Amino acid sequence: MVLISKQKVREYGKGLAIIILLLVAWQCAALVIDNNYILPSLTEIADVLLHPLQPVLGGESLIANTMVSLKEVLTGFFCAAALAIPLGLLIGWSSEVQAYLNPATQILRPIPPIAWMPFAIAWFGIGINSILFIIALGAFFPILINTVDGVKGIRVRWIEVAEMFHATTFEKLRTVVLPGALPRIWTGLRVSFAIAWMCVVAAEMLPGTTAGLGFLIMYAYNLGQLDVIGAGMVVIGIIGLGADMLFRAGQDRFFSWEGKD
Amino acid sequence: MGGEGLMAEPVLSISGIEKTFRGESESCPALSGVSFDIAAEEIICIMGPSGCGKSTLLRIIGGLEHEDKGSIHTRAEPLGEGVSAAMIFQDHALFPWLSVEENIIYGLRLSAQKVPDTEVHRRVDDLLSLIHLTSFARSLPHELSGGMKQRVSVARALAIRPSILLMDEPFSALDIFTRRELEDEILRIRQELKTTILMVTHNPEEAVYIADRIIILSERPGVVAGIVTVPLPHPRSPADPDFIRIREEVAGRVKGKNVVRCGIQHE
Repeated sequence: MVLISKQKVREYGKGLAIIILLLVAWQCAALVIDNNYILPSLTEIADVLLHPLQPVLGGESLIANTMVSLKEVLTGFFCAAALAIPLGLLIGWSSEVQAYLNPATQILRPIPPIAWMPFAIAWFGIGINSILFIIALGAFFPILINTVDGVKGIRVRWIEVAEMFHATTFEKLRTVVLPGALPRIWTGLRVSFAIAWMCVVAAEMLPGTTAGLGFLIMYAYNLGQLDVIGAGMVVIGIIGLGADMLFRAGQDRFFSWEGKD
Repeated sequence: MGGEGLMAEPVLSISGIEKTFRGESESCPALSGVSFDIAAEEIICIMGPSGCGKSTLLRIIGGLEHEDKGSIHTRAEPLGEGVSAAMIFQDHALFPWLSVEENIIYGLRLSAQKVPDTEVHRRVDDLLSLIHLTSFARSLPHELSGGMKQRVSVARALAIRPSILLMDEPFSALDIFTRRELEDEILRIRQELKTTILMVTHNPEEAVYIADRIIILSERPGVVAGIVTVPLPHPRSPADPDFIRIREEVAGRVKGKNVVRCGIQHE
């Protein structure tokens, strides 16, 4: 596992080359423009990133703001998963339940979570609860849809094997439907985490918030501190990438059997 | 072979099974009054033209379909276990997320079976060595060959100690060599575990190679059109003139123009 093949190195090398090229272009442009209010130089952004524990713009540090966002996103994400997975299993399993719930789901699904913000504020007030609502809403549908699809994709034969051994309905759900749908559920979790991460930043940009990466970016914008905004964006990108890599690693580790027979 | 008293007490009595599949626009009779007995430790093959309801009959016995009319009586097993028939499908139907060992244990972990842990482990160890896959206990199904997968599927069915093993064209997806190997293995398992086996096949040679009796169903709707007893001792040789004669007789009696096609039947 430690050894990386030459081909992989070459592949990563290509990607890295483009990133370096973009950074060089950015830096050159910043030096030519020479105006912090239009394009901060990489050194200034790096300066913010390299002092993550220092208070930023007289407020909390970069790390503290990141932790606030992460905590919010994880809370909302787990709430969404706790609701969407059982509901998805139920919809996928019972065509009766699906007949009732499918139209409503299809109408609600395309509405961007941020569009709910005014309602969220009216219902939950300004602050953390509204943000959690928006995150959970954004994460909910990808998990739900993928869980339903996962259950629909269960082979009838597997259910028949369970029936042949006289499994109860609950045992069929626990020993066949859930494990059989798990790879798709995992995909749903991966997609929804990315959406939740976008939602948290957007929700934190709204008035009334006092911490988080979205708040930091908006606050820095009001003060014209584009280097802080750049640093915040880099952190957002890195955490999003890291989460996606974790999900992919989990997929390779636990669901290597998927699609193979 | 079952030895003395082979036909004395049937393990399974099937009488007057009727089944019609009903769709929205058409209804399709599959079985109309199938009756026969199966004795303990007997291997019976069911043959017949495509679509004569062979698989349907097996699925009814296995409890996956319900008959419209008729009855199936099983002799209660002395062990008193809940399940008395276990089925093996053409596609091994193993759970791809469970290891070989976990697949074999699957039926024993359900509430229908009340098997203590020590007994579960003893059975799985015995079955793994019976199918020669002890060293693959922790492998996932996709890491095995087709023949190995089907052996695991056999072990999974045997784990619950069924009074009868139902096999629906179990080896038809395998190559000829693996197939013969597994047929021999089935004969050996019958010898060792005293298992009773009811198997659907479309291959006359396979039927004559392993069966004590061959039940031939007519075209749809299926009824028992004839029963051929195979009196040859094991191991049987497909080159033996008697073997060839019986095989030809069976092949001749399984005829069907396969004109009726029903869209509403199961796969």
